[in-house]
Amino acid sequence: MSSAVNAIFRKCPVTGLRVYKDAENLIKVNAVVAIVAFLVGVIAAIMLVLTRWQTVHLLPADWFYRILTLHGFNMLIFFIIFFEMAVLYFAGPVLLNSRLPAPKLGWIAFALMLIGAVMVDVLILAGKADVLFTSYPPLKADPNFYLGIILFAVGALIVCGLFFASWVVAKKEKTYEGSVPLVTYGALCAAIIAVITLVHGAIIYIPTWLWSLDLAPMDPQIYRMVWWALGHSSQQINVAAMVSVWYLLAAVTCGGVVLNEKISRSAFFLYILFISMASAHHLLVDPGLSPAWKVWNTSYAMYLAVLASMVHGFTVPAGIEMGMRLRGFTKSRFEWLRKAPWGDPGFSALWISLIIFGFLGGITGVTIGTEQINIITHNTLRIPGHFHVTVVGGTALAFMGVTYYVIPLIFQRKVAFWKFAKIQPYLFGFGITVFSMAMTFAGSLGVPRRHWDISFANSNFSVEFSPMVDLMLALVGIGGLIAATAVLGFIAIAVVSVFFGTKVDWANLKEGMDGIPPGLVKLPPQSYTGKNAEVVHEAGTPGTVALVAVFLVVFILYYYTNWKNLSMIWKMG
Amino acid sequence: MSAEFHSSITPPKGVWWVPAALQEKRWVTVSFIWCMILFAMMPLWHYKGGQNPSGTRGKVAPADFQARVERFVNDYKVGEEKGLPVVAPPPGSHVYIMGQMWQWYPIVKLQKGATYTIHISSIDLNHGFALYPINLNLQIIPGYDYALEMTPNAAGDYRILCNEFCGIGHHNMIGKILVEEGPATSSVSADAEKGKTL
Repeated sequence: MSSAVNAIFRKCPVTGLRVYKDAENLIKVNAVVAIVAFLVGVIAAIMLVLTRWQTVHLLPADWFYRILTLHGFNMLIFFIIFFEMAVLYFAGPVLLNSRLPAPKLGWIAFALMLIGAVMVDVLILAGKADVLFTSYPPLKADPNFYLGIILFAVGALIVCGLFFASWVVAKKEKTYEGSVPLVTYGALCAAIIAVITLVHGAIIYIPTWLWSLDLAPMDPQIYRMVWWALGHSSQQINVAAMVSVWYLLAAVTCGGVVLNEKISRSAFFLYILFISMASAHHLLVDPGLSPAWKVWNTSYAMYLAVLASMVHGFTVPAGIEMGMRLRGFTKSRFEWLRKAPWGDPGFSALWISLIIFGFLGGITGVTIGTEQINIITHNTLRIPGHFHVTVVGGTALAFMGVTYYVIPLIFQRKVAFWKFAKIQPYLFGFGITVFSMAMTFAGSLGVPRRHWDISFANSNFSVEFSPMVDLMLALVGIGGLIAATAVLGFIAIAVVSVFFGTKVDWANLKEGMDGIPPGLVKLPPQSYTGKNAEVVHEAGTPGTVALVAVFLVVFILYYYTNWKNLSMIWKMG
Repeated sequence: MSAEFHSSITPPKGVWWVPAALQEKRWVTVSFIWCMILFAMMPLWHYKGGQNPSGTRGKVAPADFQARVERFVNDYKVGEEKGLPVVAPPPGSHVYIMGQMWQWYPIVKLQKGATYTIHISSIDLNHGFALYPINLNLQIIPGYDYALEMTPNAAGDYRILCNEFCGIGHHNMIGKILVEEGPATSSVSADAEKGKTL
């Protein structure tokens, strides 16, 4: 029975790939639940920014911490990981032109993840898990809260297993020729990192669950170390998945090419080797660990995972530049960039995500993750200021960009509210940049994160923050509301397109039509050969060279400014 | 071979393990060098820099730490403010600060330019020791004694915020450190001789 169902597929009219019904349906349900979690998360975000904006101060204290817990789980775990499950079903069976083995297991995994997510959300809203995202013991939540997380993690592990299995099947049934495409390779890295991460999740949440039932002891320092091997490494799944999506969007929006498979794949491989050491980023000013441990781990063994990101930071834009030059945009250093498809939300999301992640997220991340500099950043608003430009301005924006392609390709619907969709990545990118930079400045002025009231109205002692802090927190509010508006618009687009959208008529696509990303109306060339290619290749990518040079200068300046600031505080050691 | 290009969704055929173009090689090299500099900065700062989060780290039972804090308060108490003892330890001595829901205990009076070994721990949950306005932040974990040598470099009325969530009263958890203009630098080392240890 199941193999009969399995055999059903349609041929994708754009790429010519076989899309099997099982994989397609699992992509759909995972994407839909991801969007629902995104909605819960963004409603929470609106309430949070309106509370930290000190003049508005919307929520009471208990609900602020509760909603903050809800925001963390729905954004960082449920939205992102459900979406990544959809990415795995796409990058596996669909891109490999193959069937999905054991589709029933896919549905069981989906059910486990959904049940786990609902349990966690219900318990948070019931006030039984006011422990924030990190749930550091001895702070204790309802045992079922930990159980919900365990169920979710088990489901996600099963999906990773199915992804690996679909590769084996595709190889065996020879559904593709040569090596797997780079996007699939990147997704494979994300899946391997996901397994490492989720295993750490099991190692920490199962004992914590037993501890919450009074069946086992729990050391708070060891919890922090192992928990962050889940908490931070799961952000590295996002990095690998996001970079894969960058490569994917570069290919479909403007015919971007892979400059060198060896370099890009080696960079992905460095992620697998080193990126899971990032737990240390959160433990740099902890009492339980030695300086040698901190230095070695926080640097991912001498920054080799940072090297990987810097390599992708070159090869993605350079691949776009080379693709555009091969298509004839060879005038001057930047014609390729000026003539890029800026009206295609897939492309604008890719480019803005790349710039925000690199210039803001990457540079701040390496800096605040430096052992000593962490003294002046730990648990201040600089931390959420950093990760909102990596996982939100970077990953979430890239995922939104690829959704504009998933809607027609997988759901077979036109993208609704097309005019808004075209400006949505710009609006979101602007909002999240204002939000994060304001947070970072406020954090530099000593404002703590996860804090309900920095006016300290009911405290023993008064604290006088600089008036600049009020301005910065107002900007956090305004930037946050702009970004949230863009997200609500995105969700409206996704929901209306998927459930009420008009079916795509693949036979009658016209250039410049509404609701179909230009890359799908006419897929740019996916390979180039011949004399012209040789000439263009010789000329290289001068535009990208200029961009990365600027990047490096900004990086060096920001990094050493922070050392300078550190050197001015009390001597300590 | 170098004149064949394909996208990231096209399976590469044949051998793709080929040398990269010059620009790409150069960027990888520059990035690698920068990564090594980033790495070298941390050990270098341990030798040459003045601010390191190393300290002396050890386990301590919360009850034992609390008893040690009380002994410290009895030894050097000089007054009281808002129900909290104000404690003025001599330069060079060991100082004990305890975090609990939702206060930092006690108030400590230090001298500018003098060096103290400051022990911080918690007797209940995780807390965040955040010294305002200099923005010096440490994670405080129950069961662990974090002892750091610190030398205040400016007189003033400092606050200790809590920047790790510790329950509903978290945002009201504030402590205080006073730093007074200290004696001439030469007398500091003499005073340090009198310092007490645990």
